Amino acid sequence: MLQSPIRVPLIKGNKTYKDVTEDILRPMINRPGKVWYLGISLSGSALLFGAVMIVWTIWHGIGTWGLNRTIGWGWGITNFVWWIGIGHAGTFISAILLLFRQKWRTSINRSAEAMTIFAVICAMLFPIIHMGRPLLGFFIFPYPNFRGLWVNFNSPLVWDVFAISTYFTVSLIFWYVGLIPDIGTVRDKIKSRFKKTIYNVLSFGWKGSARHWHRHEVVTLILAALAAPLVLSVHSIVSMDFASSIVPGWHTTIFPPYFVAGAIFSGFAMVLTLMIITRKALHLEDYITVGHVESMNKIIIATGSIVGLAYLTELFISWYSGVEYEHFVLLNRATGPYWWAYWIMMTANVISPQLLWIKKLRTNLVFTFCLSIVINIGMWFERFVIVVTSLHRDYLTSSWAMYKPTIVEVGLFLGTLGLFFTAFFLFIRVFPVIAIAEVKSVLKSSGEKNPPKVEKNEK
Amino acid sequence: MKNKKYITVVFDDEVPMLQAVHKIQESDQSIQDVLTPFPVHGLDKALKMKRTRIPVAGFICGAIGGLFGFLFQAWIFTVDYPLVFGGKPYLSVPSFIPVTFELTVLFTAVGVVSALFIRSRFIPRKKFEPIHDRITDDRFVILVDAAENEESTRSSLQSLLAGISNVEIV
Repeated sequence: MLQSPIRVPLIKGNKTYKDVTEDILRPMINRPGKVWYLGISLSGSALLFGAVMIVWTIWHGIGTWGLNRTIGWGWGITNFVWWIGIGHAGTFISAILLLFRQKWRTSINRSAEAMTIFAVICAMLFPIIHMGRPLLGFFIFPYPNFRGLWVNFNSPLVWDVFAISTYFTVSLIFWYVGLIPDIGTVRDKIKSRFKKTIYNVLSFGWKGSARHWHRHEVVTLILAALAAPLVLSVHSIVSMDFASSIVPGWHTTIFPPYFVAGAIFSGFAMVLTLMIITRKALHLEDYITVGHVESMNKIIIATGSIVGLAYLTELFISWYSGVEYEHFVLLNRATGPYWWAYWIMMTANVISPQLLWIKKLRTNLVFTFCLSIVINIGMWFERFVIVVTSLHRDYLTSSWAMYKPTIVEVGLFLGTLGLFFTAFFLFIRVFPVIAIAEVKSVLKSSGEKNPPKVEKNEK
Repeated sequence: MKNKKYITVVFDDEVPMLQAVHKIQESDQSIQDVLTPFPVHGLDKALKMKRTRIPVAGFICGAIGGLFGFLFQAWIFTVDYPLVFGGKPYLSVPSFIPVTFELTVLFTAVGVVSALFIRSRFIPRKKFEPIHDRITDDRFVILVDAAENEESTRSSLQSLLAGISNVEIV
């Protein structure tokens, strides 16, 4: 139990273990405030609107979207990639930072993992709706059938099915296994008989035995070690949906690492957006400190710089390749009819994260909050630029076209935003937003309170 | 083992608890279990716990998943439904790798978690009687096996743990 004097404490206020339990459970046990009701009614309405639009799409068909023969992938796939990318930060925090023994992850991993799960649900909706006949969606799984057909295992679209369903399952398991000890805490603390019964069932009889903790820790480590390469594989495979085609602007070997960095970049932006609101709304400022925000901002600089480098590399390679179609696509992106999307992307993703080199801005919550939203928008436009501008003018000039989303597509996007935030609002009411047991385990080494004098163990 | 009598020793901090564990281990008493609100560093060593074999279970499940994933695709594309895609060979190993990898991860993850649940007997229960209602909050509890004569264990524990602060022997 050594305490380093140089490091800023991760948990502020002289907290005892009991304080930790009570502070984190308070937003669950107290009645929700006005902000919560306002938030959930806003996001709930967006969700409802999206649900209507889903029914509308399925009833009338994909013709209700702004897609045409040239641009077959519009907002739907843009949103899909965007949501999957957002999910990646949660796994990054819970898995990769766990393997690197970063203690600051303990305050944010629970909600970031929850965010992953909700984002992946939002993402999975889009390919399913995009099928046009979602009731036949199970065709994408290889199962013995009377048609004697199998899916094409050489296709990245099939890899995607496996990657995303595995990703969702593993993230869900990982999240739940981490939750079990905390559900035990909720069970022992909550007053209502009815809720106690429910949490009791959900806690699987957790009692905190040393042997259980030992196994729990080992399993968490294994899951982290699995999730780390998994998260890299998922967005690599998503990028191969594009990269393995021959469309100029998509056919790029740089895509997998570039997409993964972009995913973590946008995901951290979303984590920041959520965490800055959550800490304020739930009064968790002592647990999610400016130090946490700063650490996340550092990851944003790193991944944002990789994304910027990737953009520049793309530009360079398109010139260096000597392929005139490649020349044209990049020129058309920057100066063609969709120039505004390209420059929004460039400003938001390349220039804005560089501002975080300044410590004053990096530790400023209002600035960080605004920047996180700018980055979210920028990363959405990145996917839009990749999907739409590559397709709208490719080899055949006779098929050049423009694309504009209809209200149905906008509604679907709003609907997933609604779904995401509604799920998050419900989550903060039913489960502890911070991993209680994990915070307790770093409290002595990273809390503000000095550890009690340790007598030498006579061994 | 389950119904064996025990004496509950309650601590409000993990440091004295660990000291007590060491002391009890050295004496002729034996520890049935230690219940803590979070994983206490060094406790598994102090209890001389054997390392769990869950990783082995995970490896076996992962190997099954990987083999199954690869052989399934290979069987489909060479035996059951051979079809030429873009002039590639039937057994185009590189393009089978992503699905093989995903299935390996999936099987391992489900495998280790099932192993955890089965080995620790995590079953949804209707009734749960905690040994101490603050174990999941801020209390650390050692369950010491009680002898035939409970009082003798209790008194020997009292003398054993006399030097440690904030101990409560129930």
